[in-house]
Amino acid sequence: MISQRGANVSSRTGIAFMTPAGLLIGLFVVFPFFWIIAVSFTNRSLLGVNALHPQFVGLKNYLDLFDPATFWSQGGFGPSLWLTIQFVVFSALLGQVLLGLVLAWISRELSPRAKSLLQGIVMLAWILPDVVVGFAWFAYLDRDAGTLNQLLHGLNFPAADFLIEHPFLTICLFNAWRGAAFSMMLFDAALQSIPPSYLETADVAGASSWQKFRDIVLPLIRGHIVTDLILITMWTFNVFTPFLLTAGGPSFETDILPIYTYRIAFKSFEFGNGAAIGVIVMLINLAFSLFYLRLAQRGLRAKGKGT
Amino acid sequence: MPATHHTRSLQRASTVRRCLCALAAWCFGIALAANASAAQVELSIACRCVEGGVNGAEARWLKQYVIPEYVAAARAQGRDVAVRLREFAGSAEQMSQQLALDFATAQGADLAEFDGFQIPGFVDAGLLKPLAETAGPEADAWEGWSHIPDSAQALVRFRGKRYGVPEQTDVRMIFYRRDLFRRAGLDADHWQPRSWGDLLDAARKLKALDPKSFPLQINAGVAMGEATTMQGYLMLLAGTGEELRDDTGRWIVSSANILGVLDFYKTVYRDEQLGEARTQRLVSGRNRSFTDFQRGKSAILIESNWFYYTAIDPQGDFPIADRDAVVGWAKMPARAPGGGVRAQDFVSVSGGNSFVLNPHSKHPREAWSLLAFMNSAPALRNYQEYNEHLCVRDDVLPPRSQFLRDSGRELLPLTTIRPIDADYEKVSAEIQRMTESVIAGKLTPRAAMGEYAAAVKQIVGTDRTIAFDLRGAAP
Repeated sequence: MISQRGANVSSRTGIAFMTPAGLLIGLFVVFPFFWIIAVSFTNRSLLGVNALHPQFVGLKNYLDLFDPATFWSQGGFGPSLWLTIQFVVFSALLGQVLLGLVLAWISRELSPRAKSLLQGIVMLAWILPDVVVGFAWFAYLDRDAGTLNQLLHGLNFPAADFLIEHPFLTICLFNAWRGAAFSMMLFDAALQSIPPSYLETADVAGASSWQKFRDIVLPLIRGHIVTDLILITMWTFNVFTPFLLTAGGPSFETDILPIYTYRIAFKSFEFGNGAAIGVIVMLINLAFSLFYLRLAQRGLRAKGKGT
Repeated sequence: MPATHHTRSLQRASTVRRCLCALAAWCFGIALAANASAAQVELSIACRCVEGGVNGAEARWLKQYVIPEYVAAARAQGRDVAVRLREFAGSAEQMSQQLALDFATAQGADLAEFDGFQIPGFVDAGLLKPLAETAGPEADAWEGWSHIPDSAQALVRFRGKRYGVPEQTDVRMIFYRRDLFRRAGLDADHWQPRSWGDLLDAARKLKALDPKSFPLQINAGVAMGEATTMQGYLMLLAGTGEELRDDTGRWIVSSANILGVLDFYKTVYRDEQLGEARTQRLVSGRNRSFTDFQRGKSAILIESNWFYYTAIDPQGDFPIADRDAVVGWAKMPARAPGGGVRAQDFVSVSGGNSFVLNPHSKHPREAWSLLAFMNSAPALRNYQEYNEHLCVRDDVLPPRSQFLRDSGRELLPLTTIRPIDADYEKVSAEIQRMTESVIAGKLTPRAAMGEYAAAVKQIVGTDRTIAFDLRGAAP
């Protein structure tokens, strides 16, 4: 009797406690989510006649995005999508995740002081505000007055025009540098959760570093890797900071989807089109996440069979 | 012990009470202050101008003349008005972005500086209202309209209604550096190309003198924004005798003339490297093109007369100390004599600066009265003292500048304006994209025009476009 009453009170209290957060999430996450989907089926805009009288246009925004006549044109949706996929693969998967893993693996074998120094430096790249970092890189890489070119000049190298001639490589390096800290911290925690005795036993058996990594560490931190992949992929898909370096240019060579979306939705003020792109990006992220989760489950199942 | 505890809590209670009292008094004070200032009308003006920065003279004029004079005049009539200037330091594109968002959310300054070509888009979206609707019938009865020629009024008119007051207009032309021309053995005093060929030949001679230099800049690409369309593409297109739309208002998406313009760009930026494509593609490219000309790194620049009287003014952002001696100007030639629009030998493109009234202004009548004051002949004559420019009022001439008088007299009769069409801005963005593809070497002129055609069809609808026969055009 008493316990039931207690349960009642606690569930009511629980609801009371959750209401403010629920309202906030409803207002700022759930409602905009469905609103975006609704807007993507209209020709809503800020300027022009559609601003006052937005009309339901069905799938037109989606069909326009994939219209073969404009899909692959310069600054179109196709090149932007393809560029973003490359950006995710190079800067997020190869860059951030792999770099983070390597840094975590290296720092494991360092002295505590060297380890905190290394991690401190890597963390610094992560905690600085976007605008500061963007401006610092811009100033660092400029052809005529940039610090890097001054240094190269001192060493008698010709001036390099990073932001104009190698813009995509630059933003890939930038993003890898910027985000490696998160993966490093996550993997560092994961590695510490591995009982040292496993590795010591392997040492006694004469396993190489690579063998230890492949056969002991990798299976044990698989879950962490999947979490990391999901987060990093989504973040990189949505990252806007490269805009501060290149503004999507020159000639759309760094026109990744967030910048493309910005151009459509907030420079041309085509909210309907912009929302459609947002929905597509969300679906892509969903597909990536499902794929990673399947990968993790298959890994677990395989491990279950093995033992 | 309990006694001290009791005193302490009493003390605490009294502190709380004192705080509450103070808070109440503070709120009351605020209410009083608000009440006191309710009699005062507060207005604000938004301009793309910053004291000591972009359009600095305009900011100084507004702050030092317009605002104090207007406030004094209003006080003399028994009205207490305060006017604040909101200076905007960003680009013209960013300013219009800001205005669109401001007006859509019933925010923003009472008066805002506005590029007329955006009026259709804003009007269709309900972001702007006719002057007479916001300010009342006195807006149409204003004395100033009789002094503003119809061609200038067209800049702020849409479907027969006025949406703002035009202040100045501009013309576009070729600027050249006499010092570099002299060194290359060109006519440094009265240079006037009569065809695109003449223009290219001059650039070639300059290039031959210093093969590493990039003597000619004509705007292209995405980073330059509207400056690409106005200073570059439309200047060239007018020189082929074609406009963006045909006589019946259909957008021309494919023609030998468009190809001719793109080929000109290709010659300048790709084939002969007469101009530096890098400058055109930089995020801050327009400022770079000014600096290059200012420092004599480029010798020919196609720009608005604004460039002369504001940017390279000895007190401007990119000052050239002996500007009048060093910088010459020439009319932009048609591709071949007589080949321009209306069979002209020379062409120009004009835009204009105006101020609009925010439809959400809390004091629309007072705001109109300020706008009318700003655009009265005495106020604009005073503006000329800060910065000589081409004022649209026929009773306010540039007092001294021979350059402005000459260029206005020669070019205003030849000039063309952009289509007043709600789709123009989007088409303009496609023009920027098309030229970018060519100067970056990503696409051939023909392929770039193909992408332009597809994009414009998507924007305005295929039935509102026309493609001309390309037979006879260079491949």
